[in-house]
Parts: sequence; structure tokens; C-alpha cells
Amino acid sequence: MLTISNLHVKAEGKEILSGVNLEVKPGQVHAIMGPNGAGKSTLAKVLAGYPFYDVEWGTIRFCDKDLMELEPHERSKAGLFVGSQYPLEVPGLSNREFLFEIFKAHTGEKSRDRFEVALAHLVKQQKIDPSFLDRDLNAGFSGGEKKKNEILQMGLIDPKLAVLDETDSGLDIDALKQVASNIRSFLRPDKSIILITHYRRLLDYVKPDFVHVMTDGKITATGGFELVEKLEAHGYAPC
Amino acid sequence: MSEAIRKYPAIVKQYLGSVVPIGDNFYAALNSAVFSDGSFVYVPKGVKCPIELSTYFRINERESGQFERTLIIAEPDSTVSYLEGCTAPAFDTNQLHAAVVELIAHDRAEIKYSTVQNWYPGDPKTGIGGIWNFVTKRGRCAGVRSKIAWTQVEAGAAITWKYPSCLLDGDESVGEFYSVALTSGQMQADTGTKMIHRGKNTRSTIVSKGISADRSKNTYRGLVKVGSGATGARNFTQCDSMLVGPSCAAGTFPYIEGHTDLIDIEHEASTSKLSEEQIFYLMSRGLSQEEAISMIVSGFCKEVIRELPLEFATEAMKLLTIKLEGSVG
Repeated sequence: MLTISNLHVKAEGKEILSGVNLEVKPGQVHAIMGPNGAGKSTLAKVLAGYPFYDVEWGTIRFCDKDLMELEPHERSKAGLFVGSQYPLEVPGLSNREFLFEIFKAHTGEKSRDRFEVALAHLVKQQKIDPSFLDRDLNAGFSGGEKKKNEILQMGLIDPKLAVLDETDSGLDIDALKQVASNIRSFLRPDKSIILITHYRRLLDYVKPDFVHVMTDGKITATGGFELVEKLEAHGYAPC
Repeated sequence: MSEAIRKYPAIVKQYLGSVVPIGDNFYAALNSAVFSDGSFVYVPKGVKCPIELSTYFRINERESGQFERTLIIAEPDSTVSYLEGCTAPAFDTNQLHAAVVELIAHDRAEIKYSTVQNWYPGDPKTGIGGIWNFVTKRGRCAGVRSKIAWTQVEAGAAITWKYPSCLLDGDESVGEFYSVALTSGQMQADTGTKMIHRGKNTRSTIVSKGISADRSKNTYRGLVKVGSGATGARNFTQCDSMLVGPSCAAGTFPYIEGHTDLIDIEHEASTSKLSEEQIFYLMSRGLSQEEAISMIVSGFCKEVIRELPLEFATEAMKLLTIKLEGSVG
């Protein structure tokens, strides 16, 4: 589904990613862990098509397409969802209208009624406070509310691959359980997930098939869940 | 207008210059001295004009001034909605547009006046050329419970000085001003309104949205004045500015004068930024750049855009989006 080969990326002249390789197959859950500044969020943003990073070298193929040839919205339409670590606030833009626009963009369905049915289903499934829909997009939302809104958007878009950048940060224990359950219900044999996280707790709920450790812009270790336990005990130093 | 002067001289004589006197300001005096034509609308008593009256202005000449004159009179219990659109081709010289618009609303009459202005703004890099848009627009709510509403989308012209105003003479009369002013390139817009409360229990609403991009300057300048006899007057003003990029400027200059007690004046203001990060965020959810800009801007301006007649609202949104696309991304 996703193949990253020898990816080198610069931001403001400084190399952030120095040769990342990653292969994600349908149905797999991958976790990427690593110290602050290792390049995890940069990787997520590069996948989304962030315009301020320069890809110096390497290739990214997603569902038999060259991802670098696609604009951010074309990547989204191709089935790639990148949940943001810091979702942007857009005052004045109603969350519901925004969700309707992305629903139209992804389904080609223009009917307001079908959208409202799909939205009502997700709101119930994800246990979202409906009042949240009539506020402006992320404006004045708490950190946790913003993350829930990301997962709601993911549910509506129903992508093939979801890359979730620290979706667990800013969530209280109950919210974390709920968001984890929402992520689990997304997972099916044809769907894949990359979880970028600092903490084990999300991975206890959404069990990864592979755990990668990223340090200094490279993936320096790959293993199964036992790697999480090792990191919990020893930190990133031995990797 | 020239036809009205021949066919209805009595009405023209009675009202022309009654709201904007010939000595009101330099450009009004110039217009009063040289104008040759424009639009004249007379709505008889009790008539609800069933269609939106629509006009279109264009400046075609390289070395010219345009001095049209508009006079709209709404007799008691009548209503009328009037739209104007403005465009001009690109020249490397400046053209002067110095129009005068006068509105008179009698008892319970309503006049809605909407403008979408897209004069040539000059070269975006050098600032050479473009229209100087110095327009005097004023309405008199002469009768009880009369209402005048100005809605404007100002997206062009090198320099705009324009303050569509309401003289609220009639008791319980209502004045409204809804404005979106977008400046880009080297444009300068100084626009706003004057709400002069003179009757009792008069109400006014001002909603101004300024978007400045590139190296442009965008200023809201407004006066809310409550005369000594205007007890029970109420005003609500909201001024929001959106900045695009690091080199633009936005200013807000609200003047408030109250000469009596028992009045209620509210002023709210905000400043926000349209960032490439916001556009990227929306794009990463499947919206094209154009759709993303359009959504953010329409969210910002929605209180103004919804005051425009439907087809005009769609056109105005497209215009704002096209103008901004060159400034972001």
C-alpha cells in the first residue's frame, strides 16, 4: 500500500529525514516511536504534501501512484489521511459545513440528507457531543476535542491508509479509550494505520504489527510489540 | 438621469442634492459641477419593486473621469433593491471615479443598495495605474420606520475612499452597513460608514470585514453619532480584519459620539490571519486550493455575503477567491 524508499527531506536548509525506508501492507498497523526532533512529524507532513519541506531524494509510492506527483488534496482523494498533531483553527468556518465539503469531495455525493445520515451515524459511534458540530472548525477547541475532530473527519473520509500523528496527546484516559476504539473500528483487512506516538497506552488498545524506532531522521530499529516494552524499560538510548 | 431631468423635473429638483449638498466635499462638488448622467429610481407609494434593479458601470477610456449620479426615492410603504457592478480594463494611467449616490426613504419605505466593485487596481507589483475611487454615498431615512441597507463588496480600485452613510432622521428608522473590502497588490482602501442618529429609537448595524493581502492597506473608518434628541438610539458595530502574508496592513478607526443619554452603542473587533498552514490543512482533507481559500474566506465574510441577492453572492465569492489565489500559495 505504501512504500517509502531512501527518503531524504530538508526543512529550511537542514536535513530532517536522512534515508527513511518503510513498507506498509494492507491490514497492517505500524507504530513509529522516537525521541522529540527525530523527524516523526516531518515524515507525516511530507506524506500529506506539506509545501514547505523539500524532498531531496527518495520515492514514496502509495497504491501504485507516485505520491510526490500529487497535490495534498489529490493525496487525500487517493485514500491517504494524515491526522495532524496540531489541527489548525479556522474561525468563521462552521465545522458541519467543512465536514459536508470533505464528504462531497470524497464521495462525490451532493445530497445533504445522505451526509447528515452518515454524520449522525459517526457521531453516535464515536460518542461525540453533537454541539461540537455547530462550532467553528477547531476554533477554541481543547487539545482533546481537536483530536476527536480529526478522527471524526477520518471516519467520514474512510481512507485506505491513516497516518495519525500523536493523536493520543492531549486526551484524558476516557477520551483515549474512546478514540482508540474509534481507530480500531476503522481497521479492516484492506485498511492500514501508521500511529506516531510517544506513549505505550494507545498501543495497548490498538496493537501494532510492527514497531519502528526513529532517531536522527532514520528508522533505527524495527520489531514487534516487545520493542515497546524494551523502550519503556530502557528509553531510546540503546536503539 | 438625463431623461428624468426632462420628464420629471419637479421630483429631480426636489431631491437632487438634498442628501449630498454640492459643497459636501471636494469630489461631491466636482461631481455636482460636471455630471451628465446616471440612474434615477422613483418608487411610488405602496409599490414593492418585484425585481432586483441591476446596473453595471465600466470605465473604458484611458484618460478619463467618471462622474455618474444616482438618485433613488422610495415613497411611503414602498421597497426597492438596487445592485451595481463596476469593472474597468487595465491601463498604466489612473482614472478618477467620483460618483454621488443619494437615497431617500419615506415612511416605512425600504431601500437595499448592493455594490460589487472590481475596478482595475493597478499593477500589483509596481502600483502603476488603476482607478481612484472617491465616491460619496448617503441615504436619508426621512420617514418613520424607514430603512436603508448598504451592502458592498469592494475588491478593486487602486485607492478607495468611500463611506456609504445613513441619516436616521425618522423615528424608529433603521440603517445597516455590510461591507467586505479586499485589498491586494498595492491597493489602498479606506472605507466604512457614518450612522447619524437624529430620530427617536433609531437603530443601526455595521458589519465590516477587511481582508488585506500582499503590500496593501485596508482601513475601516466609521462614525456613529447620536444627536441630542435621539433618545433610545442603538448601534451594533463589528469590525473584523483578516491579514494575508507579512507585508499588509489593516487599521480600524471607529469614531463614536453620543450627545444624549439612554443610548446603547456596542463595538466589537477582531484580527485574524489567513495562513498557508490553514489552506494546507483544508487541502489535506481533499479540498482543492481554490475550494480551501473559498471556504475560509466565505466563513470570514458570511454575515456580509448573505445580505447580497443570491446570484450576486455567488459571483462575489468567486471574485474574492480569484483575487486571493494569487496572494497565497
